[in-house]
Amino acid sequence: MASTVQQEPVTHRKQGFIRRYIFSTDHKIIGIQYFLTGMVMAVIAGFLAMLIRLQLAWPGEKWEFLGALFPAGMEDGIMKPEFYLSLVTMHGTLMVFFVVSFALVSGFGNYLIPLQIGARDMAFPFLNMLSYWVVVPACIIMLVSFLVEGGAAASGWTAYPPLSAVKEAIPGSQWGQTLWLLAMALFIVSFTMGGLNFVTTVLNLRAAGMSMRRLPLMVWTLFIAAVLGLLAFPALTAAAVMLLFDRHFDTSFFLPSGLFFGNKLLPNEGGTPLLWQHLFWFLGHPEVYVLVLPALGAAFDILPCFTRKPIFGYRITIYSLYAIGFLSMIVWGHHMFVSGMNPYVGEFFSIGTMAITVPFAVVGVNLIASLWGGAIRLTSPMLFAVGVIALVGTGGLGGIFLGNPTADIQLHDTYFVVGHFHFMIGGVTLFGIFAGTYYWFPKMFGRLMNEKLGKLHFWLTLLPFYAVFFGQHFQGLGGTPRRYYSFTKFTFLESLQGLNLFISISAFVLGAAQLIFLLNFFWSLIKGAKAGDNPWRATTLEWAVPSPPPHGNWGEKLPVVYRWPYEYSLEGAPEDYTPQTVSPEEGQVTT
Amino acid sequence: MRERATARIEAFPTVMTFPHADDVSVPGKEENLAGGALIRSTSQLGLWIFLATVTMLFAAFTSAYLVRKSGSDWQPVSLPAILWFNTALLLCSSVTMELGRARGKRLQTRGLRSWLLASTLLGLGFLLGQLLAWRQLAAQGVFLPSSPHSSFFYILTGLHGFHLLAGLLLLLYLLFRVRPGGNPGNRLAQRDLTNLCATYWHFLGGLWLYLFVMLSIG
Ligand code: HEM
Ligand SMILES: [Cu+2]
Repeated sequence: MASTVQQEPVTHRKQGFIRRYIFSTDHKIIGIQYFLTGMVMAVIAGFLAMLIRLQLAWPGEKWEFLGALFPAGMEDGIMKPEFYLSLVTMHGTLMVFFVVSFALVSGFGNYLIPLQIGARDMAFPFLNMLSYWVVVPACIIMLVSFLVEGGAAASGWTAYPPLSAVKEAIPGSQWGQTLWLLAMALFIVSFTMGGLNFVTTVLNLRAAGMSMRRLPLMVWTLFIAAVLGLLAFPALTAAAVMLLFDRHFDTSFFLPSGLFFGNKLLPNEGGTPLLWQHLFWFLGHPEVYVLVLPALGAAFDILPCFTRKPIFGYRITIYSLYAIGFLSMIVWGHHMFVSGMNPYVGEFFSIGTMAITVPFAVVGVNLIASLWGGAIRLTSPMLFAVGVIALVGTGGLGGIFLGNPTADIQLHDTYFVVGHFHFMIGGVTLFGIFAGTYYWFPKMFGRLMNEKLGKLHFWLTLLPFYAVFFGQHFQGLGGTPRRYYSFTKFTFLESLQGLNLFISISAFVLGAAQLIFLLNFFWSLIKGAKAGDNPWRATTLEWAVPSPPPHGNWGEKLPVVYRWPYEYSLEGAPEDYTPQTVSPEEGQVTT
Repeated sequence: MRERATARIEAFPTVMTFPHADDVSVPGKEENLAGGALIRSTSQLGLWIFLATVTMLFAAFTSAYLVRKSGSDWQPVSLPAILWFNTALLLCSSVTMELGRARGKRLQTRGLRSWLLASTLLGLGFLLGQLLAWRQLAAQGVFLPSSPHSSFFYILTGLHGFHLLAGLLLLLYLLFRVRPGGNPGNRLAQRDLTNLCATYWHFLGGLWLYLFVMLSIG
């Protein structure tokens, strides 16, 4: 059977526009679909962030034009407290699941995995298409929830009960919360289909010679991220099912006895809200790594290309990724130090958290050491990749404070936490996405992005980013609580008012700077310089095919791999880079 | 190296015959198995990974069950006896499935068809029996919100039944595909599809035994 397949000509059946670009099963199209969807959602979620900062800078101000946009939430142009909470909830949810997950994991993952391992497509292309088309209604449901009675969900991206379980608790807990749960359920279904594809493809469809030890680290990190997601998301599925039943069918999984709302005693008895927190964070913590690891993988792939030398510690990095993956499943309790858990249990989670900093630091040090002695060229992708290193370092530092219960009791639910997690899941991931975009855009669309605009975008992102989120650490140390819609009523925060305003203004600069990226993206699509197959003179397999690659990726024959992915400046080689497909006869071999 | 790669493809001429709707547009997926493929059947691998996530789902429910059970208001309800009968049906269906798989391995079509049909009917019987169990409980006045134990009972049996329903649909699809005669390639496809189906089915049988024990202990 196999031999008949091999004789088949590689010319493909002509497909119509719809099969080719809309309901496509080609991993490249699906990757780009995810990427663009992520971009649209990023614009929306970013806009919500701007509204949040607007309110915090000038609480209670009247904004006529916003009143027209949100007649319910901003009646007469003044933001209602419950609308502020909806904004925070939707901003967080969209950013985590519908922006970073889409663009970085599903977008780059779908696009790059088959190309980088030498496959023609994902293992289950039809499932892959389904995974994208399940997520489209999820996006629509999430966004439509702003329009239903009571507005969008308002219990935070963590959806803690009782706030999320009792319809009377807050307006957003009416239909908004139900739609939130449904959209999340669809998202999880989609992620499961995608993750299955990632893992199966990496394990089973590698080209000849492409052993696991020769995979680019982008593939490794995506692989580990997919495994983590597959094992962790079911906990949220279970929790969401139970929450839906608590909300609509009077069960009592999360609702304790004796809850009163508006002089009405709720019928529920004996549930424990803490159960939700455990299940949520069993997903929530690994989810951070699902998002952060591929950003590190992108940096590892980009660095050697702009230092012209191999990365440092390839094998140790893989072992560290294993360790991070394993440990990330058993540290969720560090989000719950103040929930009244047994201090001994807290100690366990604290030790686990400290343990995870070790492999994480190893990865960080390997990234830095990869720069050592290199012929560094600061192109846009390189700048953002170096930015990733800076942000991992800064964010990780804050994590050490938060992982200690003694410090966390003070810092929990303050802006210190907000600053910390924005460095990690906000910054590292966003910089990873940008680095990846500047780097792989030529492969995806056959054109280079504009370097000048890229550099401008980098500096106008890095500096305000530090201004906003490093500043928030100090707000948090000063006791500024998280998820409050105004700070004007607290005398102890008066001294921080100036900082607060500075942060808002920096946030507006940060938001505006992203328009440069959008401009560059769309301008380069049409007008960018033609890229050629391998504009960066890189070694990995995706650069061995035309840009953009044809359907089926490889011509008649699959590539054969002879070496590891970072073969730069090999002694005696004709060029300063030796692609993975170069055989020993054609060039010198190493591992 | 190149020679070795193709040699290895030919060593497994029957590899990966699960019919993909898209095989036409992506020619020669089998070539890839020349690389460091983990196991021969990519679909089987995908199924195992899927089962891992389903296992995690029920593990999450188990931990919730244990937490909730330690609460002071936990009162076990007595489960309807028909569950024993249902369990027997499901176990029988696993046996018939295995008999079918043996036929499939020998690339026989006729026996395969009847055993698959038997499994489908037994599976259907199980689902109906589970519905009856719900009716009986409800007749005793035990509803979804009556007690935490009953909530878990309805939700877990419902979730298991939902997965089983998907298995039944897969079985029906398979029955539809298995035709007497047919070319050898077709029969290989049937064999592999039967294998997938059987793996999934046994998993659901095992899962039910586990849930039954957990829910019976109260
Ligand atoms: C333009 C850049 C961004 C700005 C100015 C911004 C600003 C904010 C602000 C002010 C909050 C509310 C904090 C509170 O009151 O508790 C917030 C919450 C949050 N943000 Fe961002 N953010 C940005 C980008 C991102 C990105 C890229 C991500 C992640 C991938 C992200 C994830 C979150 C999450 C998870 C929350 C918590 C929501 C909750 O409390 O439920 N943000 N952000
Ligand atoms: Cu965590």
